[in-house]
Amino acid sequence: MATLVIENLRKSFGPVAVLHGVDLALASGEMLVIVGASGCGKSTLLRLVAGLDAPTSGRIVLDGRDVARLDPSARDIAMVFQNYALYPHMSVFDNMAYGLRIRGLAKPDIERRVHEAADILGLRPLLTRKPRQLSGGQRQRVAMGRAIVREPKLFLFDEPLSNLDATLRVQMRAEIRRLQRRMGVTSLYVTHDQVEAMTLGDRLLVLHQGVPVQLATPMEVFGRPANTYVAGFIGAPAMNFLPATLASQGTAARFADGTIQRFADGRRAGADGHKLTIGIRPEHVEFEPGGQNFQVDLVEPLGSETVLIGRLASGQLISVKVAGAGPRDETLMVSFPASAFHVFDGTTGLRIDPVVN
Amino acid sequence: MERRTIFPGWGLPVLLVMPQLALTAVFFLWPAGQAIWSSMTRADPFGIRTTFVGLENFADLFSDPLYLDSAGRTVVFCAAVSAISLLLALALATAADREIRGRALYRFMLIWPYAVAPAISAVLWILLLHPQIGLVGHWLNRIGIVWDYKLNGTQAMLMVILASAWKQISYNFIFLLAGLQSIPKSIVEAARLDGAKGFFRFRTIILPLLMPTVFFLVIVNLVYAAFETFPTVLALTQGGPGKATETLVVKVYRDGVINLDVGSSSAQSVVLMAAVIVLTAVQFRFLGKRGGE
Repeated sequence: MATLVIENLRKSFGPVAVLHGVDLALASGEMLVIVGASGCGKSTLLRLVAGLDAPTSGRIVLDGRDVARLDPSARDIAMVFQNYALYPHMSVFDNMAYGLRIRGLAKPDIERRVHEAADILGLRPLLTRKPRQLSGGQRQRVAMGRAIVREPKLFLFDEPLSNLDATLRVQMRAEIRRLQRRMGVTSLYVTHDQVEAMTLGDRLLVLHQGVPVQLATPMEVFGRPANTYVAGFIGAPAMNFLPATLASQGTAARFADGTIQRFADGRRAGADGHKLTIGIRPEHVEFEPGGQNFQVDLVEPLGSETVLIGRLASGQLISVKVAGAGPRDETLMVSFPASAFHVFDGTTGLRIDPVVN
Repeated sequence: MERRTIFPGWGLPVLLVMPQLALTAVFFLWPAGQAIWSSMTRADPFGIRTTFVGLENFADLFSDPLYLDSAGRTVVFCAAVSAISLLLALALATAADREIRGRALYRFMLIWPYAVAPAISAVLWILLLHPQIGLVGHWLNRIGIVWDYKLNGTQAMLMVILASAWKQISYNFIFLLAGLQSIPKSIVEAARLDGAKGFFRFRTIILPLLMPTVFFLVIVNLVYAAFETFPTVLALTQGGPGKATETLVVKVYRDGVINLDVGSSSAQSVVLMAAVIVLTAVQFRFLGKRGGE
C-alpha cells in the first residue's frame, strides 16, 4: 500500500523526446490505466517507473521517497510483463520464490507465501512444473503470482493480456481486477486495448505522442473526451466527426451542407464562423425521415448490435450503431441529435464546453 | 512444423548429394580406411615388406609409457585451452552484450583473430615471447624472471596453451554473444525487479540459460584443442623441448612422418578418430535431446 506521485517526468532517447512531462498522483490502492496507441510512450513511462530506463528529468515519488535514480531492486516494485518473462529453467515454485530468496526470507516464510499466492491463483497443482509445460493462461497466472508474493508497494502491468486468446483475456481481465482490489496494491496498468482500459481502471490516463491528454475516470473520458484524439480513441466504433462552424452568436453549429443546429447545452465562446469539429458517437445517430441521406456501404452484424458504415451526401464517411439486426435498406435517412454533440475546436481539436452564465 | 520438399524418383536427389558424398569418400572414408588397415600392419625397417599383425600395434601403444605420458599431457593441454578460451570469451561476450559506444567495432576486433592463419599467429607469439627478441620474453628476463621456452618445458607448455586458447577465443566469443543475445531481455529485467544484482543475477539467470551454448562449446573446444592445434604447436615448439609439448597429434606426426613407424602412427590416429567419434556422439545426443523438447 503506497502512494505514487510522478512530477514532470521526461524521457528522450538522444534527440528524440518520447515523454513530454507527465504528472500523476495515485492514491493508495488505486489502479490507473495508461492507454494510448503504440508508440505513444506508455511502455516507456512504465519502464521509467520500474527503473529499467533512466528518466531524462523529473521525479518519481513512491510512498514519500524519490526513487527516480534508484536501482530497480531498491524500489520494491513488481512487474508483470507482456511475454510473462518467467525464468524458463526454474519451476513455478522457484519462479515465485526467487525474489523472496534474494530478500533473505526464511525458508518456511517463503513456502508459506508462495503457497498462499498459489492458492489464490489456483496454481497449487502446478508448483513443480516448468514454464514450458504450462498453457498461456497458466503462465500469466505464474507471472501474477511472482508479483504478488513479493507484496510490493506498486504493481506494474505491461499489456499482460495481449498474448492471450480472446476468451481467456476476458476471464483474466476480471481476475486481475478482483485480485488487485483484494490485495489493495497501488497499480499502473499499460494497455492499448480500450476495453481493458475502461473496465480495469479507477482512472485512465490517455497518452498521445508522449503527451498526457486526459486523466479522468473511464466514464468521464468516455462522456467528456478532452479532445478529438481521445474522442476517437475511446469508444468502438470510433466517434464520427463532422466539420462545422460556429453560428448564431455561438449558440449553434452550421454544418457543411448549410443546416444549422442549436446546441442543446448552451452557448460556446468565440466568434461566428470559428471552425468546429462536431463529434457524435455512432450509437447516438438517429434514423429520421427527412434527415440526411446515408448510403450504406458495409454492414457489420455483431449479434446484439449492428454497425452500419456508409457515406453522407457530402461524401463524409460515418458509422452508425443500432441495437439488434438493424435496417436492411441501402439508403437511410439519419439525423444527429444536438443533445449528443461533442463540440471541439476545428483547429486545435480541444473540447469546447458551454459558457457558464 | 517442418517444411520438406519431396523429390520424385532417385535421379535428382542422388545427383544433388553426389558432390558431398564424393568429397567425404575421397577425403575421409578412403584415408580413414587406409589408417585402419595400416594400424594393423607392421613394416620392416626398409619399408619393403609389411605384415599383418592384428591389434598388436594397439597393445604396444597402451603399454608404452611415452604414449601414456603424451595422452596425459594432451588432457591437461585440452582442459587448459578450453577453460582459458571459454572463460575469457565469456567475459568478453558479457561485456560486448551491454549497450556500449563503438560496440560494432569492439565485436569486429574480437572476431579478427579467427581469420589469422595458425602459422602467422605462432610467429606473432614468438615475436612476443622469444627470450631474446620477444617484447614480453625479453622484458621478463630483464626484470629477473628466467624465461626461455626453448629450455623450460613448463614455460613451453604455457606458451602453446596461451597461443592455442587465443586463437579459439573469437569462435567462442561469437557463439556466446549470440547465446547471450538470444536470452529474452525481459527475463533479465524481471530478475532486476526481483532484486537480483550483478554476479548473482549472472549465476542464477544468465548462466543457466547459456548452458546449452556452453556445453556445445566445451565439446568443440576439446576437439579443437586435441586436433586442430597441431600447426600452432608445430610452428612454436615442434613438440619440444624434449617431449614437453608433444600432444597426441604431434606424436602421430613425429612417429609417422619423421620416424616412419607407419603402423604405430596409424594406430594412434585410429585411437584419436575413436575419441572424436565419441565426443561427437555425446554432443549429438545432448543437442538432439534439447531439440526434442
